[in-house]
Amino acid sequence: MQQQIARSGTLEMTYREAVKQAIRDAIKRDERVFLMGEDVGRYGGCYAVSKGLLDEFGPERIRDTPLSESGFTGAGIGAAMAGLRPIVEVMTVNFSLLALDQIVNTAATVRHMSGNQFGVPVVIRMATGAGKQLAAQHSHSLEGWYAHIPGIKVLAPATLEDARGMLWTALQDPDPVLIFENVMLYNMSGKLAADAGPVDIDKAAVRRPGRDISLITYGGSLWKTLEAATTLAGEGIEAEVIDLRSLRPLDDATIMASVGKTRRAVVIDEGWRSGSLAAEVGMRIVEQAFWSLDGPLGRVCSEEVPIPYPAHLENAAIPQADKIVAAAKAALSKA
Amino acid sequence: MAEFRMPSLGADMEAGTLVQWLVKPGDRVKHGDIIAVVETQKGAIEIESFQTGQIEKFLVDVGTKVPVGTPLAEIRAESEAKPAAAAAVPPPPKAPAEKPAPAAPPPVQAPVRPPSPPPVAPPTPVAAGARTSPAARRLAEERGIDLSTITGSGPQGAITYADVERRLGAPAAVPEKKRAPAAAPEKKRAPALNLYAMRTAIAAAMARSKREIPHYYLEHQVDVTPCEQWLAQKNATLPPDARLLIGVLALKAVALAARRFPAFNGFYRDNKFEPSEAVHVGVAIAIRGGGLTAPALHDVDRLTLDELMARMRDLIQRTRAGRIRSSEIADPTITVSSLGERGVEALYGIIYPPQVAIVGFGKVVVRPWVIDGAIGPRSVVTMTLAADHRVSDGHAGALFLAEIGRLLQEPDKL
Repeated sequence: MQQQIARSGTLEMTYREAVKQAIRDAIKRDERVFLMGEDVGRYGGCYAVSKGLLDEFGPERIRDTPLSESGFTGAGIGAAMAGLRPIVEVMTVNFSLLALDQIVNTAATVRHMSGNQFGVPVVIRMATGAGKQLAAQHSHSLEGWYAHIPGIKVLAPATLEDARGMLWTALQDPDPVLIFENVMLYNMSGKLAADAGPVDIDKAAVRRPGRDISLITYGGSLWKTLEAATTLAGEGIEAEVIDLRSLRPLDDATIMASVGKTRRAVVIDEGWRSGSLAAEVGMRIVEQAFWSLDGPLGRVCSEEVPIPYPAHLENAAIPQADKIVAAAKAALSKA
Repeated sequence: MAEFRMPSLGADMEAGTLVQWLVKPGDRVKHGDIIAVVETQKGAIEIESFQTGQIEKFLVDVGTKVPVGTPLAEIRAESEAKPAAAAAVPPPPKAPAEKPAPAAPPPVQAPVRPPSPPPVAPPTPVAAGARTSPAARRLAEERGIDLSTITGSGPQGAITYADVERRLGAPAAVPEKKRAPAAAPEKKRAPALNLYAMRTAIAAAMARSKREIPHYYLEHQVDVTPCEQWLAQKNATLPPDARLLIGVLALKAVALAARRFPAFNGFYRDNKFEPSEAVHVGVAIAIRGGGLTAPALHDVDRLTLDELMARMRDLIQRTRAGRIRSSEIADPTITVSSLGERGVEALYGIIYPPQVAIVGFGKVVVRPWVIDGAIGPRSVVTMTLAADHRVSDGHAGALFLAEIGRLLQEPDKL
């Protein structure tokens, strides 16, 4: 009934709320699904994503865990191998380093190591990114690291639709899927179709069409890139903005189609420059679209320093719209 | 003034694309210097000069595909005066330009295609390394635009896509009529080796061979134990990179036998056989990814085994890297093919026209063999000959094969 009413309209909600609705929907639709992580129950989640879910679904489905990333991530992997569909929330990517062995050595390899006898259909969500003055140890953007690992999929929902829609599709995947939610997006508010549902998780999306240059990004940087594209449009430069959405696998076809049209590209990535996902995207463009290029590729990444605490230094360390504008103009030889 | 022309690198070649000049106007070149790279169906071939002198000027732009025989550059002989100084002197006689290649006669050029349109601007060829974006380069190539006629607007004068579009005088969206046929868009430029083109060339040559050449086939088994013993002794004293392979002995034996039996060494052209004084042995080399070519080792009969080994290594490496020289492609007088350790004991070759013979070597196998009335294990190889019956008969072929076998009994004399 509620659904029918919803079909006609849109709802104003936050990214946080969209993630919560995705979790609620999954728990209702599949009895094998449960959420586990630090403070997800009584406290309602570090970023308040799961607030109210314990009351709604009870402690069987919303499970608080000890502060032991390796332990509870491993438990989630085991539950997935045994037939459940756990959603493991690691508070932030910073703490996921403690679970790295479980994710990289176990989740990513079990299908291979067991000769295809076991899969790990786990979904691991975590917050990522800088911008909240949480200092160097709590501001990492390490999703590019995870995108290096065969055996897992890595998603970066940047929009309300993707925050709402990627989780269910990820739960249907027979292998581990990591979802990175940028901390700066949780409070972002926008309109979401009331009947919004699952979305694909293997295609990049053109968020703004343009003919002069491709700006390729994902996650929290998408909005800064769109802002930069608006600024560029004011100067007569029509930038096309690509949201990668999936960092592994990368949707080469969409990237190359865009670069084939615009002939120039800048990649925006909050990871550090050296060995970054931006480096991978740039190299693929050179490999696959070299003869379409009309100028040098560009990158806007984080400065290669520990992310500083003071706001002005933190802002200076990570990609911002003005830097993206400058990089785009440089790639167009209009600096 | 001599002309440096697009050489024929085999009877099946009609045209080639000039890929790169390795000299510039004003450079002195001598006979045998490598001065240009040309792309053909066989890959990128380094072209040697047949003249000695000074490069006067280039006549064809890099990237242009021209028929065999098209002059590519003028080369002034040392003795010739500069035209400026010779104003009062009657113009030098227009000596019929020397044929550059000892290669095949110019192939029947169906409709004579004009070479590329003369450059509009004075020929200041794009200096190597001139900055041009990949997109601009490709557009220029597709539309037959000479990049040297474009002024770049990019950083440090780089030519961009928009510059080429401006030169075309129309936005790219409006399809333009093709220009000279020479500028017709080619398939996407492959790097050094285009395996598809190579397969097409193999198909053409082999089909022509089977259509025109009445092959006959002979087979002969030879005890190569003496070769193996001699090699083991010899290689024990050599560093690994200088060690000899049995294939080198086979090449040398074939070359020496071919000198004694000229009916297997040369070309069959225009309904007659032209024996060759020199013995240039084509070596069939498999290309990774599927392809085959048989460039020549020159004067194999006159090389020592060590020299021959070094040249064979070099040739195989360069061939697989797609850098064969023009003379190596054009002039093998006989071919040797060996499938080495690949498992078969005999192979029956198809003659590469206009040659008249191909000798095949199978793998060396240990077999019971009768020596001096007793049976013992010996290393045996099966040699085969496919030869052109228009030139020789089975009797001569048998003697030729037997001679190779005899030579292999005394490896120290090779």
